[in-house]
Amino acid sequence: MTKPPSAFRLLLIAFCLLLSACAPQGPTTLTVMTHDSFAISEEVVVAFEQANNADVVFLQSGDAGAMLNKAILAKDAPLADVMFGVDNTFLSRALEADIFEPYQSPALNDISAEFVLDPSYRALPVDYGDVCINYDKKYFAENNLAVPQSFEDLAKPEYNGLLVVENPATSSPGLAFMLATRAYFGDGFLDYWKSLKDNGVVVADGWETAYYTNFSASSGQGPQPMVVSYASSPAAEVFFASEPLTESPTASIVASGMCFRQIEFVGILKNGQNRDLAEKFIDFMLGKQFQEDMPLNMFVYPVNQTAQLPEVFTKYAQVAEQPASITYDDIATNRDVWIEAWVDVMK
Amino acid sequence: MRLSSALSTKIRSCLSANSRILLWIPALIFLLSTFFFPLSKILALTFNFSTLTDLDNLLIARNSLLFTFYQAILSTLLTFVLGLPSAVLFSKFNFPGKSLLRALTAVPFMLPTVVVAAAFNSLLGERGLLATTFDLRLSTFDLQPSIFNFLLILAAHTFYNTSIVIRIVGNAISRLDPKLEASARSLGADTFHVWKDVIFPILRPSLLAAALLVFMFDFTSFGVILLLGGSQFATLEVEIYIRALQLPNLNLAALLSVIQLMFTLIFSILYSRTINQVQTQTAPRFSTARPPKTIQEKLFVTTLCLLLSAFFLLPLLSLPIRSLTRLEADRGQRDQVQYGFTADYYEELFINRRGSLFYVPPVQAALNSLGFAVITVILSLALGYPAAYALAKPTRLEKILDPFLMLPLGASAVMMGLGFILSFGRLIASPFFIPIAHTLIALPFVIRTLQPALASIPERLRQVASTLGASPFRVWQTVDLPILSRATLSAATFAFTVSLGEFGATLLITRPEYPTIPIAISRFLSQPGGLNYGQAMAMATVLMLLTTLSILLIEKLRFNNAGEL
Amino acid sequence: MLELRNVVKSYEGKPLLTDISFTVAEGETVCLLGASGSGKSTILRMIAGLDFPERGAILLNNLDLAGTPPHLRDFGLVFQDYGLFPHLNVFDNIAFGLRMKSIKHKGHEVHKGEIDRRVYELLEQVNLVGFDSRKVTDLSGGEQQRVALARALAPSPRLLMFDEPLGALDRSLKEDLLNEIRGILHKTKIPAIYVTHDQEEAFTIADRILVLHEGTIIRDAAPSEIWRDPQFAAVAKLLGIGNIIEAEMILENKVKTVFGTFNLNCVKNAGEKLQLLIQQPPSLSGERRGGEVIEQIQLTVEDILFKQDQFQVKARGAVLSESKGGLVIHMKEAPKVGDVITVQVQVKCLS
Repeated sequence: MTKPPSAFRLLLIAFCLLLSACAPQGPTTLTVMTHDSFAISEEVVVAFEQANNADVVFLQSGDAGAMLNKAILAKDAPLADVMFGVDNTFLSRALEADIFEPYQSPALNDISAEFVLDPSYRALPVDYGDVCINYDKKYFAENNLAVPQSFEDLAKPEYNGLLVVENPATSSPGLAFMLATRAYFGDGFLDYWKSLKDNGVVVADGWETAYYTNFSASSGQGPQPMVVSYASSPAAEVFFASEPLTESPTASIVASGMCFRQIEFVGILKNGQNRDLAEKFIDFMLGKQFQEDMPLNMFVYPVNQTAQLPEVFTKYAQVAEQPASITYDDIATNRDVWIEAWVDVMK
Repeated sequence: MRLSSALSTKIRSCLSANSRILLWIPALIFLLSTFFFPLSKILALTFNFSTLTDLDNLLIARNSLLFTFYQAILSTLLTFVLGLPSAVLFSKFNFPGKSLLRALTAVPFMLPTVVVAAAFNSLLGERGLLATTFDLRLSTFDLQPSIFNFLLILAAHTFYNTSIVIRIVGNAISRLDPKLEASARSLGADTFHVWKDVIFPILRPSLLAAALLVFMFDFTSFGVILLLGGSQFATLEVEIYIRALQLPNLNLAALLSVIQLMFTLIFSILYSRTINQVQTQTAPRFSTARPPKTIQEKLFVTTLCLLLSAFFLLPLLSLPIRSLTRLEADRGQRDQVQYGFTADYYEELFINRRGSLFYVPPVQAALNSLGFAVITVILSLALGYPAAYALAKPTRLEKILDPFLMLPLGASAVMMGLGFILSFGRLIASPFFIPIAHTLIALPFVIRTLQPALASIPERLRQVASTLGASPFRVWQTVDLPILSRATLSAATFAFTVSLGEFGATLLITRPEYPTIPIAISRFLSQPGGLNYGQAMAMATVLMLLTTLSILLIEKLRFNNAGEL
Repeated sequence: MLELRNVVKSYEGKPLLTDISFTVAEGETVCLLGASGSGKSTILRMIAGLDFPERGAILLNNLDLAGTPPHLRDFGLVFQDYGLFPHLNVFDNIAFGLRMKSIKHKGHEVHKGEIDRRVYELLEQVNLVGFDSRKVTDLSGGEQQRVALARALAPSPRLLMFDEPLGALDRSLKEDLLNEIRGILHKTKIPAIYVTHDQEEAFTIADRILVLHEGTIIRDAAPSEIWRDPQFAAVAKLLGIGNIIEAEMILENKVKTVFGTFNLNCVKNAGEKLQLLIQQPPSLSGERRGGEVIEQIQLTVEDILFKQDQFQVKARGAVLSESKGGLVIHMKEAPKVGDVITVQVQVKCLS
């Protein structure tokens, strides 16, 4: 006898869904698809909305890989107007799937050309960050252990069982770090991973687990004093400390070739509805206000040269001077093959 | 008055002739539109028979299938090893702290995997509570990492699913007539034969139901395997996730999904066959639980309570302890371990320090979580009741349709998420979608819980009520509802917990305007820093308290109702 | 022979059975009567080994059963709501005990043919021929109880225990089944304890009746003996024997009631309150015993009920019209309401 109310409820829901489907999205609504790690200050977004009489809606769609695949699947009827968060390891797939429309933003003038990987301006750089090994300063000091300065060092017996890395098949810093070893060792990188495996390297499937469960200097107090994370993580440790700290408990190994530079891109989705507003939003993302807000929200570096870094960055975050060099074309062609081979080796 | 009762009889008979299909319609429309349609859409796009000719693909499929079975069987066994004695404990004995302990066993079911991993770690880790206070370290056992990880997966599955066994089998045990055991014993059956020849056969449907559900959750396990296992452990669901989203091979993902669905269907068919063979027992008139008497009973109760406390209470307690512990001093000077107590993390929850658009106010997150959970309960009960009525006395067609109701439990969340995008486009970003996705997973269980209870209502009770002048609605209200209140509460609990625990969260695209507690937790854990970690633990503690309170409340309702019966 | 010796048992901290002692001899059927909640079922559970006495002992042929678990006692149990195994059919329910016996006695297994023979024999005994493959849940109450009886009888137990076995059945079924049980018990000579609160059942089936009251057995005698002299108000009340009236000892040999003053020595001090049993003598020619007197009392008729071969008359004392309690007596001829009649009654002391 519950039938009437349940049918009614269903109808109601169907009706509401229909309503939201058919109702015009309104000329001022801009939908931005992002990965789950995206964050920004409210006032910055409000400033944009007021300036452009717009309403910005963010859709968080999983990690970068999940987001990209969802966008590719919905190519003909895109879920959003703008997509942010594809990095240089995924860029080739996004460009191949042809989901972006080209847009040569005037804001590119303030951005160093090294970040602009797509010459046809379909994907525009927004931020970058270096994936490096972070280490527990206290551990190394206490055990009178030298901090490893090269990939080869990590395979030495004194570092047995001290490093946790992420699985490149499921984690973007994991993939970045693997790509760094590929850039350094070439085809021999698999042999190197074999030696790391023999030296007790621990593999976690995501950054959260590696950092908070395995890494010894995080609040999770895990067993490994070295973790694959970001060069900005030491700054975050200070910024998010529960008591004011004068020194970060962690530091990054920024030795030459040991870091991989991730660049994140934004693009206007094809078949989107608000090209004008989307362009304005991209200009805005590349502009000074947004770029200066980013570091403390996402712990990444701005690509805009005019943007000032917050103090906690200049003091505690490190930048790799010579990040691993590997072209995104190379990544595009071999990415999946390398990952599969890596998974095979590490099984 | 006579006229009106004649009229209502007429309406009733009309209804019973044509209503069966009407009863089906809401659930059917719901499943067709939110499950079969998106599923067929994504499979039509991605499933390709040529995938079957690629040996590599077949090898991956075979290996992941074998491993899925292997770990699911072991996990289910382990869950039963702990769950069955616990079901006996909770249904047969009364002891101080019983309802709290029972509620605690149900909490893990709702906790996000990241939090469970953190809980285990803060207890068992190198510098966890056991290591710092009792000098007990897992590393002293010198296990191979892969074996250790595998054991962790099994332990986590047990941690998550024991409450299913306790809930389903425990209910059945407490419905058992104690005279059956007395009869069997006096007829010469020792404890072993009492269980083998009497109790187990009678409990079979509920044992099977519990086993099937546990097995399905283990079979499609995703987060636990990814977080605790590592790359060497790929179940079908993990492999689907990797192939669909990370290493793009949607054809292979589709193949794996089809395999997973086929097995789910086989289990469901087996299940509905067996459950139809055995009659359900009537509801008990009173609780048969009593304090332990003999030394063996006392030993059993004490040992099991200690074991359950160690297994459930310690990891769960380590969360609130962590959420109140200042760790900075410890991190700075490890040789002088200092644990300062602090409420900072809780205070910080209420501060939007960076003015972030994505800041999650804890009260709002809690309200959102509860709101979605309540809608899920209402929606799944509203859809589940009519279908369960129809299934209580199934026709041949309904017997065939029956197993398909269980399919959403076995469908790959990742593929469903992609199917949603293909089918509904921008609609899936609507907040309406959250309770709908949760209902999709809760509905099979709701129907499964209500159906046997409905079947057990004697028709003559309804007839008596209607001859006394009760309208069909009054009949339902006065006869069915009181008898069903137990089953309804248990169905509602499941729907509620499914929603709070964000099952099938991978289906969804989230809007920062509608954050839930699990989303807040994962936000905190996605960045480094002691404050983030502390806030995640604080938020997890809030979730834990919320769920424990909800369960205690539901338990209380249930016992009040049981008393009325 | 089964013997209970000073058995003590409490329930949730309150004393339930304070001192229980009785015996059941070979071939004897003993009825255990008591109000609900008096601990009858607990006594059965303890004999069956499903519960344990706190003090005292339960012996079978002078062997203490304390160490014997229920499944090795060979005692049959029949419950009010049958306790049939819902997952087994009629045949398998009855065969259950035989199969268990077969498992217990390795080397002396009961063969399948033997089990079949015994089950069919029992089906015949309880009038259920042809029911062997029926589901027990499809049977009527009476049929289910027959199955339960056959199931308990099948392994030839050393003792049978009935826990209000007919409580759920209607009157005619009750009588039939009661006679069947009686016949079977006589034939098999299996000693039995039969728990009931129904006096008719008790008088029909018992060789001896035990009355349980406030934790002890207050009366243990043959039915005729109890009927003649219940001794205790509780016994008379439970068995529905005669009328119980309030009285007061006024002199050593005089008891005052609303129906007059009787000459009776009830071993009480003057001024003490007590209860008396007023019965109609079965026949006036019967012998007289000490402690009971035949008296004539005058009553005013208030109500008359037709009871087949006699009339049941409700009346109150005619002497003291304000008297509260009435009496129920039986008469061959129907009086009229308002008549004052003179009746001969036996008056006995109760304690």
